[in-house]
Amino acid sequence: MFSVARQSVLRQARTQLRLSQPTALPQYSALARLLSTLAVLEQREGKLNASSLAAVAAGQKLGGSVTAFVAGSGVKTVADEAAKVKGIEKIIYVENGAYDKGLPENFAPLLVENIKKGGFTHILAGHSAFGKNLMPRVAALLDCQQISDITAIESEDTFVRPIYAGNAILTVQSSDSTKVITVRGTAFPAPGTEGGSTEVVEGVDPKAESPTEWVSEDLAKSDRPDLGSADKVVSGGRGLKSKEEFDRLMPALADALGAAIGASRAAVDSGFADNSLQVGQTGKNVAPQLYLCAGISGAIQHLAGMKDSKVIAAINKDPDAPIFQVADVGLVGDLFEKVPELTEKLKSQ
Amino acid sequence: MSGLRILVPVKRVIDYAVKPRVNRAQTAVETANVKHSMNPFDELSIEEAVRLRERKVPVEEIVAFSAGPPKAQDILRTAMAMGADRGIHVQIDEKEGKGELEPLGVAKLLKRVVEKEKSNLVILGKQSIDDDAGQTGQMLAALLNWSQATQASKVQVEGDSVIVTREVDGGVETLKAKLPMIITTDLRLNEPRYASLPNIMKAKKKPLDKKTLKDFEGDFSARLKTVKVTEPPPRKGGIKVEDVDGMISKLKELGAL
Repeated sequence: MFSVARQSVLRQARTQLRLSQPTALPQYSALARLLSTLAVLEQREGKLNASSLAAVAAGQKLGGSVTAFVAGSGVKTVADEAAKVKGIEKIIYVENGAYDKGLPENFAPLLVENIKKGGFTHILAGHSAFGKNLMPRVAALLDCQQISDITAIESEDTFVRPIYAGNAILTVQSSDSTKVITVRGTAFPAPGTEGGSTEVVEGVDPKAESPTEWVSEDLAKSDRPDLGSADKVVSGGRGLKSKEEFDRLMPALADALGAAIGASRAAVDSGFADNSLQVGQTGKNVAPQLYLCAGISGAIQHLAGMKDSKVIAAINKDPDAPIFQVADVGLVGDLFEKVPELTEKLKSQ
Repeated sequence: MSGLRILVPVKRVIDYAVKPRVNRAQTAVETANVKHSMNPFDELSIEEAVRLRERKVPVEEIVAFSAGPPKAQDILRTAMAMGADRGIHVQIDEKEGKGELEPLGVAKLLKRVVEKEKSNLVILGKQSIDDDAGQTGQMLAALLNWSQATQASKVQVEGDSVIVTREVDGGVETLKAKLPMIITTDLRLNEPRYASLPNIMKAKKKPLDKKTLKDFEGDFSARLKTVKVTEPPPRKGGIKVEDVDGMISKLKELGAL
């Protein structure tokens, strides 16, 4: 009698234990052992792009091993730098200047060779200009349906991503044997870049020719924090009326807060701000601690890029502007008075 | 060079100004009785193709293409009213609810169309505003093994080489490639024209080829299964403050300063 009771208690405890496991991995323990992720890192002129470590962070959430990949000229130093990142099992690097500009025509075959050689089950990269340009090409070469801009991982084959400018959240299950995925950086904070020690190995280089030639680039120079990863963002819209007013009011406010500067599409289209500053469905996604915007009405395309911000503050003269429906703190007033006043008061603190 | 044979794929999507609603069964976004339009980025693609012709670049033909429900013909007519010479519609049966093609399926289908039409330039939008995937152009470039220039903000054609300025994080970069190639359009490329009434009337007479998936060889089946579609978590309603001091103290209270 006693032993029967004990057995049933044991069984119950075991079942509960199983249920309380945080991930679905134990059910797929055989799969989990085989699960291996390749995280594609970005580099520019021999420097690791830290935001691309989001791919590593997502890989760690998947479970299984995480291998990082980097290619370009002088990337051994990048590989050594990335080797300090915790949670990477191995780093594959390919030293060849042909990959410096991330042209997908030769970068995609390069990745495919290394994916096939390593037998990876998941290929992850950041949903940046680089990742967006490259990964679908890789996916098609592998005959896989890519999953773009994921914000969460449910299990090794099930992922969550926003659709319709973030107005709906889609959970999808992939039947592809290799999962090619881009990850939203703000949803997967980069792991620490200290304390790890990782094996660094050379990858295979198929040396595919690129029919496309890189000619030049023109990048906006800025001493301010990077818009995509800044803790604070100040953002201006059409309400600023001109480029002169944008340049007069927004940088001063940004400097008072130590914030990055963003802009709405209306401000960019009107020429007030550079298009690399655009926040929204077709621009950058940001999720800072503080998103402070002035003269932005809050169209759904803009909200798509900033509504995951921790605190949203808005200054707008129209009390019915949709931005006030998402703002934690709203101030109805003329931004030409309120922004300078706010800048002064923040500075004097 | 004999001239450009441009293919412009367009997609019928829920109009960008409509706020989409998730259906009660949480299987999809409600599309019945909702205004649909051409994907905004695809309007830019058509516009750019027409402008190339207007800039005296030798353009032999501009073909608009759409795969979708019968109503996708409306946006093909719009494309023709904007200046496309003819249209191809691959009708996708919506009845099963699983009828929609994924980007990989569309890319495979487009590869067949490109081969059949002998296109040497495909101009696509950088993403559709419903699925927000941003994959089809790059996938098509991979399948054809052509050059690709995504997120284009400027396109110049000189003989058989094409110079494209593309938007990247932090600025722009310029690429040069030889035809054939794939271009995807970004918002700043151009300002699409409105179709004039006479052109809308003329577009009704332009040829529109009707096909089904059975007319094409290949496996276009879906790889992804929708588990569920949900509304995003709503943000808690905030408060309005009277003045700048109120804003600063509230931000401090919320720990944002």
